[in-house]
Amino acid sequence: MGAVLLATILAIFTTMILALWRAIAGPSVYDTIVGVNVFGTKTVLLIALITYFSGNDDLIDVALVYALINFLAVIAVLKLIRQRDLAAAPEGGDD
Amino acid sequence: MTELILDVVSGLLLLGGAAFAVIGGIGVMRFPDIFTRLHAGGITDTLAPLLIVGGLVLQSGFTLLTFKLLLILLFLLFTTPAASHATARAALVAGLQPVTRDSTDQKETRSSNS
Amino acid sequence: MRYFIWLTFLLALLWLGLSGVYKPLLFILGGASIALVVWLTERMEVLGAEHDPGALSWRLPVYWLWLIGQVVLANIAVAAAVINPRRIRPRMIEIDAPQHSRVGQVTYGNSITLTPGTVTTRLDGSQGRLQIHALLPEAISDLEAGEMERRVCWLEGPP
Repeated sequence: MGAVLLATILAIFTTMILALWRAIAGPSVYDTIVGVNVFGTKTVLLIALITYFSGNDDLIDVALVYALINFLAVIAVLKLIRQRDLAAAPEGGDD
Repeated sequence: MTELILDVVSGLLLLGGAAFAVIGGIGVMRFPDIFTRLHAGGITDTLAPLLIVGGLVLQSGFTLLTFKLLLILLFLLFTTPAASHATARAALVAGLQPVTRDSTDQKETRSSNS
Repeated sequence: MRYFIWLTFLLALLWLGLSGVYKPLLFILGGASIALVVWLTERMEVLGAEHDPGALSWRLPVYWLWLIGQVVLANIAVAAAVINPRRIRPRMIEIDAPQHSRVGQVTYGNSITLTPGTVTTRLDGSQGRLQIHALLPEAISDLEAGEMERRVCWLEGPP
């Protein structure tokens, strides 16, 4: 089973490298965000896989917290780019 | 015997999830503009976690670890649509035009107004 | 009142599932945290029609199972498009969101976004219109056939 876990971990690493490449290459800032978002969700999966690979069950809490932080980070960065201000009031209208 | 079957099924799920994750990563590299890349990112955000978490759950059975894994899956499946929508909306509001291609038009067009 | 009982129950379940250490001190801490969160929720007045954890009905698991099946099918289609990018035909389309409540419309929009190959880019709640970016023609024809729309209406129940 360890070999399968290791293969999956390596595949996730490959995906993370591709996502990071897209984040660096751009061209627009939104491509960077897509890359970082994929990178973040893959990190969650990676930590979950490492939990099983290493047998240390406490690591799963790190994955849980990371899943929450990653989402908040993406939304916060989007708001920062769009309004140049994290404390701006919500926009009117429906979007 | 059942242990062996569970191991095989879980291994297949893990490898399937890994394969879809890599395909999604290739798509994020390969697709022509931001919106199509979002779709490729969607593969790595939906099916890859489903398969990988499914495979891991089969290995641990009914434990707290399983509960936390399912919680992670639930968070991921609830938050990724919101993140995708926010990214697409922000890119549209910023004036990026999506690449559109009809069935006859085969040439590559790239969005470059960034 | 039903809301608060449901919220307390779900929070207790979450605490028990996440802690894994069952000692009296931790039960007291957990009970205090749950009481604090319920009190804050009541003060913030966020627990209403749109945030009711007790509104989850038996229809939700059925819908989720169907949705997961759709997600798997759509994933295979998009994965094939990644391997052969000549197949992609990106388009922006607009469709109706006939659900009568805001929760129903948001559920519909989020389900569309969760399915790879389609991303909701705009939800106009007052007119019930969704603007969607779709990658493949099959995804567009599936949406226009309205299977998911009917399922969400069913999930929402009668007004």
